Amino acid sequence: MSTHNHHHHDHDHDYGHGHDHDHDNRYSDMQARVKALETVLTEKGLIDPMAIDAIVDTYETKIGPRNGARVVAKAWSDPDFAAWLRTDATAAIASLGYTGRQGEHMRAVFNTPDTHNLVVCTLCSCYPWAVLGLPPVWYKAPAYRSRAVIDPRGVLAEFGLILPETKKIRVWDSTAELRYLVIPERPEGTEGLGEEALADLVSRDAMIGTAIAGPRP
Amino acid sequence: MNGPHDLGGQMGFGPVAPEKDEPYFHAEWEKRALGLTLSGGALGGWTIDESRHARENIPPAQYLGASYYEIWIRALEVLLERHGFAARTEIDAGRKQMEPAVPKRILKADMVAGVLARGGPCDRPVESEPRFQPGDQVRTRNFNPETHTRLPRYARAKTGVVEAVQGSFVFPDDNAHGKGENPQWVYTVVFDGPEIWGEGADPTLTVSIDAWESYLERV
Repeated sequence: MSTHNHHHHDHDHDYGHGHDHDHDNRYSDMQARVKALETVLTEKGLIDPMAIDAIVDTYETKIGPRNGARVVAKAWSDPDFAAWLRTDATAAIASLGYTGRQGEHMRAVFNTPDTHNLVVCTLCSCYPWAVLGLPPVWYKAPAYRSRAVIDPRGVLAEFGLILPETKKIRVWDSTAELRYLVIPERPEGTEGLGEEALADLVSRDAMIGTAIAGPRP
Repeated sequence: MNGPHDLGGQMGFGPVAPEKDEPYFHAEWEKRALGLTLSGGALGGWTIDESRHARENIPPAQYLGASYYEIWIRALEVLLERHGFAARTEIDAGRKQMEPAVPKRILKADMVAGVLARGGPCDRPVESEPRFQPGDQVRTRNFNPETHTRLPRYARAKTGVVEAVQGSFVFPDDNAHGKGENPQWVYTVVFDGPEIWGEGADPTLTVSIDAWESYLERV
């Protein structure tokens, strides 16, 4: 771990301590502040640091985009499962063992030759954790949240995805408690592949809508 | 509230910057921030809607310059103080100075798997029938509450079509302020790009929101 990673904009901030900090200071300040918070809450008996370890382990090693990729691969392989996803995505996804926090109310939206789907949360960071794990930084950051609804083609181009001008774009703003999983189109020439090999073709971004399915570039 | 969080359609933030092979965390404190936020929520002092509103209330200059884990921590500090679990003076000092309020529960390590697998469903039954059906034309209300709402500014006073009745859910505009869950029907409402963005809008674009029934009026 490094306290010198920068993930902020390149200007200075005053964030409540009454004086400006550069970014190295900003990051180490957060480290100190979070450490103090954990210490106080532990002394008060309000949290269990081992529970934090367990939460982190869950999202580092157990719940991630492979879950969603398996949902997509099954939808491509099994028309009955795809139909179930359309009518009751929460139950269909739960049948594969993917349930719980930020996946309580799932909806699957299918890309078609005519329409490309893109998911955003303009108001905060709503994201289908149960199938995709924790969201990437860009998904929660102002550039994506502000522009996905007004300039989706420009946003997609920044991911290297240029859609035909005639292709319709549907943007889903996750303003309530429904969580959206994009089911990308199945790539051509994959007829002989099993579900695990198909899942290898499904990236996290393809299930947000900022990519399409295919071999990893 | 018309806070810094309501970002749809704002400009000036530059290009999206995807990070190749992005790690889940960029620093150790981000891991602790995730766990503290979930453990804090488990105390039962506030709802997810109140926590979202606490994040929206971070001053705009601070909100827009912060990473999302920092936003979570700033809001968590406010919530802990508001509900009597930890005072800012304690966090500044880094040690306990007073007894906390009694929590509803404390998240222990052996509870984590079950709690995460259950999640927190927020669908609730309502006695009324849905007022709108798929295909209905609706107009979103024009309001500017200083309180919490999930109707984004860009989608206010706009005409769209109901695509789906999604069920009935806790109403965040009330629940964020301790006024009860007061569930309502939620609809997916689709707007044409030009209806929202006007001149020069991409004609191939449609945008949908999920709207509580009281956000909508029949056209």
